[in-house]
Amino acid sequence: MSRNGPLALIFHTIFVIVMVAPILVVCLVAFTPEGFLSLPTNGFSLRWFRAIANYPEFIHAFWVSLGLGALSSFVALLFAVPAALALARYRFRGRDALAALFLSPLMIPHVVLGIAFLRFFTSAGLGGSFAALIIAHVIIVFPFALRLTLAAATGMDLSVEMAAVSLGANGWTLFRRVTLPLILPGVISGWALAFIQSFDDLTMTVFLAAPGTETLPVRMFLYIQDNIDPLVTSVSACVIAITMTALILLDRFYGLDRVLAGKGDTGR
Amino acid sequence: MSTAADERNARAPWALTAPALMLFVGVLLIPLAMTVMLSFHDWGQYKGIEPVFILKNWHEIATDPYYAEMFWRTFRIAILTTLLTALLGAPEAYILNRMSGRWKSIFLLVILGPLLISVVARTLGWALLFGGNNGLVNKLLMSAGVIRSPIPFMFTETGMVVALAHVMMPFMVLSVWAALQRLDPQIENAAMSLGAGPVTIIRRIIMPQIMPGVLSGAIIVFSLSASAFATPAIIGGRRLKVAATLAYDEFLNTLNWPLGAAVATLLLVALVLIVVGSNALIERRYAEVFR
Repeated sequence: MSRNGPLALIFHTIFVIVMVAPILVVCLVAFTPEGFLSLPTNGFSLRWFRAIANYPEFIHAFWVSLGLGALSSFVALLFAVPAALALARYRFRGRDALAALFLSPLMIPHVVLGIAFLRFFTSAGLGGSFAALIIAHVIIVFPFALRLTLAAATGMDLSVEMAAVSLGANGWTLFRRVTLPLILPGVISGWALAFIQSFDDLTMTVFLAAPGTETLPVRMFLYIQDNIDPLVTSVSACVIAITMTALILLDRFYGLDRVLAGKGDTGR
Repeated sequence: MSTAADERNARAPWALTAPALMLFVGVLLIPLAMTVMLSFHDWGQYKGIEPVFILKNWHEIATDPYYAEMFWRTFRIAILTTLLTALLGAPEAYILNRMSGRWKSIFLLVILGPLLISVVARTLGWALLFGGNNGLVNKLLMSAGVIRSPIPFMFTETGMVVALAHVMMPFMVLSVWAALQRLDPQIENAAMSLGAGPVTIIRRIIMPQIMPGVLSGAIIVFSLSASAFATPAIIGGRRLKVAATLAYDEFLNTLNWPLGAAVATLLLVALVLIVVGSNALIERRYAEVFR
């Protein structure tokens, strides 16, 4: 394979610096010993990390986000896996319309979804509840769960299934012992991508969250609205550290390119 | 002649998709319909929402130039953001794809990793770098004597575009990168062996093949930017409102839900028309690539 020229490498270096700079600066400012936003030029301090302990709202919000992401992505898969199998294997009337409907949350602005869910759940008497958040997040992460599962199901070798059927497997056994293991890489990466989308969502959740069900992005956003001080940078630094760790682990054990590009079993 | 097996085959896809279909009808289509209906309701400071059918909100949006200006700003920002991500993201994806395995996966992690990190944290970074007199880059440049007054960034459209492009960049890189994976490197070598220079190879071999990736990335970036909330809310503040932040204010501050619903409905309809329209154009133009 041909190498990149010097111009390409200069472009690449600047590109990477610009991509990383805003994230790096948040992490650096978090270590400031001063009471205001500044780079830690006079030594590093952990005072703003200790300050998080005085704001249990942030810690509570973190657990809400984690639980919400894990649960809604799992529920989305329960709906998405059978739907993906149907879309991958059958050509039937209405198939394209169904696929478009299932992917539509990608196209509908999250602010519109937030408004629609706020109106809907308030009328249903579920306004501000965790259940409402779960249902809403299932809808927004569904396309991601579906897409990666669909990619795996489309690329699957059907003759393996036929062999299993000829050996007497059917129904649930066929799914659990043959189909699911074959599409599992797609299903897991679909879950991971869905989790990321749920964990990161602010726009829709900000309409639905009430005190007690505020997610971390919502809590951070509301905090920034009032004042930007080093506390929010130290919270952000913690979030960045945790997600980077998860990301590196995911990349080590699974391959980030596979999770994000949904390439299933191929590559690497 | 239809047998029992045929009939089961015809029913199977519907049985498998039924749970998801019911979920989508129950908790997506119905709430959306309720929102459209809400936009035709009346609202008053003291009487609240009145479930009558009037065109007051739509009339207000159509006649008050404030809304035209706000929507135009929203789409202007989205278009500029899309151009910026395409111009920088496509070459970067190409460079990334030519790197050797180890470096490729490290930089892929660095560039796609931000997708995982909260948009709030990423936008906060830009506010720290360029936020008025206290912005770190501004301070540095001013003390070095390069500039006299801070580069205007906060509460400007330029600031919003730059910060949004940073947030959206991974989507573009990912989309182009996926297109590059389908590309056979032997074609490049074949072109080279036939005497094509690097510029010709990029223009005649690479560009046509990754264009669908660039365009589908552009559609994603455009629709996400036009409806973005966090970045415009933090960078633009209350001074420079876009559709999403305006709808947020109507719902959670002014409490004029019907007007907010009308703004949201208009944003949705405009985006769906634009995205469906450009998708159809791309698919017709690149039919052979998608087949």
